[in-house]
Amino acid sequence: MDWSLLLQLTLNGLIVGALYGVVAMSFVLIYKASQVVNFAQGEFLLVGAWVCWWMLTEWQLPFWAGFLFTLAFMTLFGIILQVVVLRPLIGEPVISVIMATIGLGIFFQALMKWIFGVFAKPFPPIFTTERINLLGLEVQTVYLLSLGISVLIMAGFAWFFTASKHGLAMRATAFDQQVAQSLGVSVPKVFAMSWAISAVVSAVAGVVVGVVNGVSSALSFYGIKVFPAVILGGLDSVVGAVLGGLIVGVLENWAQYLDANWLNWGNMYSIAPFYALILILLVKPYGLFGTKNIERV
Amino acid sequence: MPSLAPAGDYRSSYREDMTIFLTRNSRIGLLIGIVLVACAPLALGRYELGLLINIGFLGIAALGLNILVGFTGQISIGHAAFFGFGAFMSAWLHERWHIPVVFCIPLAGIATALIGLVFGAPAARLKGLYLAIATLAAQFILEDFFARAQWFTGGVAGRITEPFELFGWRADREESYLYVVLAAVIVMYAFAANLMRTRDGRALVAVRDHYLSAEVMGVNLAYYRTLSFGIASFYAGVGGALYAHYLLFVSVEAFNILFSIQFLGMVIIGGLGSIMGSLMGAAFMVLLPEVVQVGADALAGGAIDRALKLGSSISFLREMAVGLAIILFLIFEPNGIVHRWQLIKAYWKLYPYSH
Repeated sequence: MDWSLLLQLTLNGLIVGALYGVVAMSFVLIYKASQVVNFAQGEFLLVGAWVCWWMLTEWQLPFWAGFLFTLAFMTLFGIILQVVVLRPLIGEPVISVIMATIGLGIFFQALMKWIFGVFAKPFPPIFTTERINLLGLEVQTVYLLSLGISVLIMAGFAWFFTASKHGLAMRATAFDQQVAQSLGVSVPKVFAMSWAISAVVSAVAGVVVGVVNGVSSALSFYGIKVFPAVILGGLDSVVGAVLGGLIVGVLENWAQYLDANWLNWGNMYSIAPFYALILILLVKPYGLFGTKNIERV
Repeated sequence: MPSLAPAGDYRSSYREDMTIFLTRNSRIGLLIGIVLVACAPLALGRYELGLLINIGFLGIAALGLNILVGFTGQISIGHAAFFGFGAFMSAWLHERWHIPVVFCIPLAGIATALIGLVFGAPAARLKGLYLAIATLAAQFILEDFFARAQWFTGGVAGRITEPFELFGWRADREESYLYVVLAAVIVMYAFAANLMRTRDGRALVAVRDHYLSAEVMGVNLAYYRTLSFGIASFYAGVGGALYAHYLLFVSVEAFNILFSIQFLGMVIIGGLGSIMGSLMGAAFMVLLPEVVQVGADALAGGAIDRALKLGSSISFLREMAVGLAIILFLIFEPNGIVHRWQLIKAYWKLYPYSH
């Protein structure tokens, strides 16, 4: 056993896992508020990263300006998607809503490939990349920054849902739409807001990944990696989403280590979370923190 | 969906209610349709015949998915993986065990049904979005298996298959293979239409409409959910086997998630819970890229073409068209083409006193 390598992989897993956690959180946000399973979550990352990249390279904006523009754009993007596509589908069966988000997913993925091409493009250098020594491990500062941003977003979520008026309105809507409405919460507004926040947060994650790895359509795979994370944590639990993201991040790195040393199956890095997903669904379908759905006739 | 049967519906016995063809004309219409397709090689070129064959085997697989999604109310985002499994299974059976292709195709269907039952085991407990996510996992696991199982799929190189042969008659051209697919379509669609008239078929619909009531009335939920998964996989396997012996080459990369989504698109665009709708949806999905291609060709060379790089990005335009078609149908015509067709029929039946 190579302990230092294993430790390094675990750290990598935690860093990537924190990003999964952020994306999973924004996925859960939409699910909780509007009961929509968003299969286009990965495309939020993709669109956000490409818009930011475009601002920085074509328009030569400084990073902060381009980043702020991206956030503003994604707010509008989320609201428009909700109003134009998802609002007419309220009350339709689950299958229709799932299919609509899948349709959105392929549409935007193809659109991005059409506009920006299929090859990964690097961000202009924003931070001087150096390595620092952390507990005997070499870590790139960009990764630490991404971890910091993830933690910041999570803290922001925690504040938003416990202290802010809009966050409380959102939780009330998630709890019971009719009761929330009778207390003066505008449910359509909450729906639109949840999509906007989700799009913005995902875009931040997309930009972070883009800065580290370059922007390409591979970003949308984060949207699929979200499913093992949220199922593990429980579909309607924000805490569960973060924890599930971290676990999936570590799991795929460990699976790769196991694979490279003993199994030699290849490709375990991207497939292991799905084996885990099937197992969880068989054993504990509501996840670690999810609400058990008890049905009465 | 409200019943579109207009006044003058004089069915007075269960036998009449259960009939597949409501009127003599619909029976004649179907026969004429079959004869027209059978005569198609006289009039159409190889490319158009190829499109017809595509509609045929995709229509079979789409019908399987429709039994699962439209009739039982379950969902699967891994249909293309089962389709691919059927394709590889049929090719492998022929090459490894030298079974004639005629038997390989149904055997591949049965083998795929067994695999479907394995992945459908969670389906007995799960529904709705949990099942969607489970089948998404199945898609990735099977795709990974295809890439890795050299002995079964030929790995990244793919697998070459043999053409269909029956008593020395080789169907290795579009003109002849069309009849193989046509026969398969007739058999599979007749089976499905009759299945829906049996106790099992009604049980599936009951599971979809209200599974708690169905359970109270003695329908075994776990059994029927798993059964419907098995039937869907069987259809996918047969469709995949027909695909394998048409292209004569099966590649590992073909059965990706986009293909799965296209199957779901066929079912939704054709009409959930409609047998003929599956075929219409398959036809729509096969012809949609052709329409995009025609549109791009019409603009080729012009200023729009140069500005938007239409020619070089035709595959992205096709994907966009698929996504857009799914969304537009969901918003504007959630009951699919079949519903539109019934509206048109009702309009002419009642003309000019439609109100």
